[in-house]
Amino acid sequence: MTAPALSIEGLTLALPAMADRANAVEKVTLAIQPGETLCVVGESGSGKSMIAHAVMGLLPKAVKPVAGSIKLAGRDLLALDEEAMQDVRGREVGMIFQEPMTSLNPVMRISDQIVETFEAHGLHDRATRRARAIDLLTEVGLPDPPRLAKAYPHELSGGQRQRVMIAMALALEPKLLIADEPTTALDVTTQAQILKLIDNLRHRHGTAVLFITHDMGVVAEIADRIAVLEKGVLVEEGTADQVLGSPRHPYTQKLLAAVPSLTPAELPPLPETAPVISVEGLGKTYRKRSLFGVAREVKAADDISFALVRGETLGLVGESGSGKSTVGRCCLRLIEPDRGRIALGDLVLSELKPAELRHQRKRIQMVFQDPFASLNPRQTVGRIISDGPVAHGTPRKEALARARELLELVGLSANAIDRYPHEFSGGQRQRVGIARALALEPDVLVADEAVSALDVSVQAQILKLIKDIQSRLGLAILFVTHDLRVAAQICDRIAVMQRGRIVESGPTAAIFADPQHAYTRQLLAAVPGGGRFGH
Amino acid sequence: MNLAQFLAGRLVKGVIVLFAIAVLNFLLIRAAPGDPAQVLAGEAGAADAQLLEQLRARFGLDQPFLTQLWIYLKGYLTFDLGFSYRQQQPVLNLIMERLPATLLLTGAAFIVSLAVGTAMGALAARRAGKWSDSLITTLALAFYATPLFWIALMSQIVFALKLGLVPNVGYETIGANYTSLARALDIGQHLILPALTLGLFFTALYARMMRASMLEVAGADFVKTARAKGVSQARVWRRHVARNAILPVVTLAGLQAGQLVGGAVLTETVFAWPGIGRLMFDALVQRDYSVLLGVFFVSSAMVVCFNIATDLVYRIVDPRIEAHA
Amino acid sequence: MNFLKRFARNRGALIGILILLAVVAFALLAPTLYPQSPWRPVARPFLAPFVNERFPLGTDTLGRNLASGLVHGARVSLMIGVVSTLVALVIGVPLGAVAGYAGGFVDDALMRFTELFQTIPSFALAIVLVAILQPQLGSIVLAIGVVSWPPVARLVRGEVLSLRSREYVQAAVTIGQSTPRIIFSQVLPNTIAPIIVMGSLMIGSAILLESSLSFLGLGDPNLMSWGYMVGAGRTRLLDAWWISFFPGFAIFLTVLALNLAGEGLNDALNPRLARGRE
Repeated sequence: MTAPALSIEGLTLALPAMADRANAVEKVTLAIQPGETLCVVGESGSGKSMIAHAVMGLLPKAVKPVAGSIKLAGRDLLALDEEAMQDVRGREVGMIFQEPMTSLNPVMRISDQIVETFEAHGLHDRATRRARAIDLLTEVGLPDPPRLAKAYPHELSGGQRQRVMIAMALALEPKLLIADEPTTALDVTTQAQILKLIDNLRHRHGTAVLFITHDMGVVAEIADRIAVLEKGVLVEEGTADQVLGSPRHPYTQKLLAAVPSLTPAELPPLPETAPVISVEGLGKTYRKRSLFGVAREVKAADDISFALVRGETLGLVGESGSGKSTVGRCCLRLIEPDRGRIALGDLVLSELKPAELRHQRKRIQMVFQDPFASLNPRQTVGRIISDGPVAHGTPRKEALARARELLELVGLSANAIDRYPHEFSGGQRQRVGIARALALEPDVLVADEAVSALDVSVQAQILKLIKDIQSRLGLAILFVTHDLRVAAQICDRIAVMQRGRIVESGPTAAIFADPQHAYTRQLLAAVPGGGRFGH
Repeated sequence: MNLAQFLAGRLVKGVIVLFAIAVLNFLLIRAAPGDPAQVLAGEAGAADAQLLEQLRARFGLDQPFLTQLWIYLKGYLTFDLGFSYRQQQPVLNLIMERLPATLLLTGAAFIVSLAVGTAMGALAARRAGKWSDSLITTLALAFYATPLFWIALMSQIVFALKLGLVPNVGYETIGANYTSLARALDIGQHLILPALTLGLFFTALYARMMRASMLEVAGADFVKTARAKGVSQARVWRRHVARNAILPVVTLAGLQAGQLVGGAVLTETVFAWPGIGRLMFDALVQRDYSVLLGVFFVSSAMVVCFNIATDLVYRIVDPRIEAHA
Repeated sequence: MNFLKRFARNRGALIGILILLAVVAFALLAPTLYPQSPWRPVARPFLAPFVNERFPLGTDTLGRNLASGLVHGARVSLMIGVVSTLVALVIGVPLGAVAGYAGGFVDDALMRFTELFQTIPSFALAIVLVAILQPQLGSIVLAIGVVSWPPVARLVRGEVLSLRSREYVQAAVTIGQSTPRIIFSQVLPNTIAPIIVMGSLMIGSAILLESSLSFLGLGDPNLMSWGYMVGAGRTRLLDAWWISFFPGFAIFLTVLALNLAGEGLNDALNPRLARGRE
């Protein structure tokens, strides 16, 4: 057995006094062999990211290592002073981060940012540095490297920026690459490409990879070994087959069970009734205004048509920029569509005047994506839920009584009425959001990425809640999501969107089993860990 | 949009601003108590009945409102800003004589305040929490609250009168008849105190802004990326933090142009600096409203030009701007 | 309670509040301390400070009691500062709120108008307004209010714009709340804090502006103002420095106190941002 590239022993990182626990991570022991990929997986707050930062010596001031060692090629990194660490960073360990949109210096050219890595370690002369930079850009698969080298970050897409980050991290051929949620902010197709890139480079250069993620699908796709963290404690560790196939710790089992399967669920067939919402030829175009020169047009939604009956869930699936969110918001006229017809039963919503629209809004409601931004921090939960009925003439007392019932319905206690949003967790706030939407007894519910910002275990609970409520109240649900697994479990039918148009639609099971359109096939193929989680 | 489009757009905007100010001047003349002819004549000419008649005829003061407005604006279009009966010269001449001195003063104050302010702010940010930071922050707070005219007077007493380090008032030593380099140095000596006191408030402002901006940028993701590459702390602060942090400060500096020009009135008055600010003060004392409004107009034009210049600098300094429009 | 605790932790803010209270106290007690008009000569001119008990800060060129002038001047400065700030708020807040919420053409038009005002050198405009409308309390307050509103409008517009796209405001639209109700119960309560902070800082700039105008001789001739006192002592800087020094120092202290208090307010109302000061 060769010496490990990285060996963490008994690492404990202490948090400041006011945090919700004493240590970010406690007595964590890990090892990565050269050329191996170790995935450290956990939910938010598990401390996985802190481990990555500790290896690089980039911990925030408030977090301090109080025990243990981090040995890179035999040398304890925690014992090094800042100057020695600067030498290690970039040369022996490379790191890539989560947010490609903000991880590059906006006022420095791409080439200069890569060259900086060489400069910082005093390697090569000017000409060689520039040549090496272009080589690296080619190696990470970027188009037209000489031109891209002269560009600024804002001219590149998220996926392209992440490739640049990888180029910078691997410029000096470090023994270890740390990837801190590098694909979480990327579309699923881009994610697949980046994962493949990292894997290729790993094989080519023999780099060990420490991959931090919360996404079990990604883990299934790329991990050689897996370490599971729960609230700072390492609860399980082993090879990918061991951990995914026969998990020993209950937390690991819970995490794995919470991952929605890619095989569509068996849903009971729906009775043939008149549609409760029908959309025809919906369109929304954005024009970029400019004083001089040609205005650019972007068709966010183009000729969208669909219909839902009572109790049916339609999934609007697509990547960022597909227009799915726009369509969802147009259905509520939160964004005004440019053309098309939206009808709720007999009522033609799209033709209503503002005053009448306000009255009819109760028939279609929305659950928003961000549990932290969708509730007014200055209002009590009771006020938030009862505001809707009050706005339509219900006396406050009656509305509050109803709010109590709704809180119970969504799985929260009725005393939540007097508490403020900041006292609740993300999942609980999303329940409040659902209660708010239900307060007006709508016929249709639009869920705009309603579970995307939640941890996977909480996500499973909320999805179950939504399904229960739907069967109880007979709601029609328009479920907007980028996550195909979620769509597989909860949607009767799916409409796949790309660049503003629906490219394919039909029953979920049919589409997953036999996708017709090339884009749908591409989307399904890109879902990480597809093979593993098909139970 | 490219450079030509940008310039064209800003020039159009500038012309609209100046047009609005000319209209405002016209309205102010009518809003003043008394007869508009008397206002135009100023105190010097108010007693001269014949002069008033001439003015009434010339400006069509008995004609409909819009005609009067048109006549007045026509004057601006032909660079006629009125006539000072007190000084017996066209207002434009008076202003043009003194404009260079004001440009020199405000230009120097601007450059010094921006350079010193951002340097101090950057230093305070790097040493955040230490005593040097507290010192700079406290000084900045104090200078930000200091009335310009008062500090001008006090520094006059201390540095000029008591300590004799710099000249007390004026633009250059009268009667010395220096030429070229010697003259430049002489003017420079006279410039020190006025420029420093005029810029004091802005130095404090830019220091505070730069410090806050640097601390904010220091927490940005790309700074972490730079550190992860092994770049030294000093270089991170310089090339990543400061380079990005200075952008909002430049924007702020551009917005301060109006304040700077206004402050010149006080500075020039205290130091007897022969610029348009001093001219405005004299016009106040002499109740020469034509000159007053003329200086007001020209100082606005200065601000417009200044804004265009800073916007150009900002475009050069921030590569994202081309993409936005 | 939380808010007061946070505020108290900021030493600078506490000092600011204390100084302000002192200034306000002097202003309120002016008629009791020095019942005579500060314009009346009461002793021989150019009396040095700290010499005579009855004239602790000396006398000026005409033998007027400097201490009396200071105390009466406090009333003038505070009053003009507060009232003109209110005028600026009354103009700027609604303008900014409407621009931010309405968006589109209305927003554009209002912002062009605000930009126009910001391009005009504010002090020069104030001078012109006061000179033309003749120096008196009303024109001074109006002039200061008129040149001070653009930053308020910008601030309010920015806040309202960012709030308008916040999800809980969008949620309020979807549940059918009426627009006025949304503005009042969702948007405005979250903009009050920055407006208050800006308001307190504006009182300081208003006082600076007023004193500058008085220094140039554009003050209300019936009101003894600190700015006027500084200007009056200009000719005797070398031998009677105190005439210009004390009133200017009073302006400095008051504005400093207002800035400290305003920043303390800001930190107390935005605990997240205070983190940046380490």
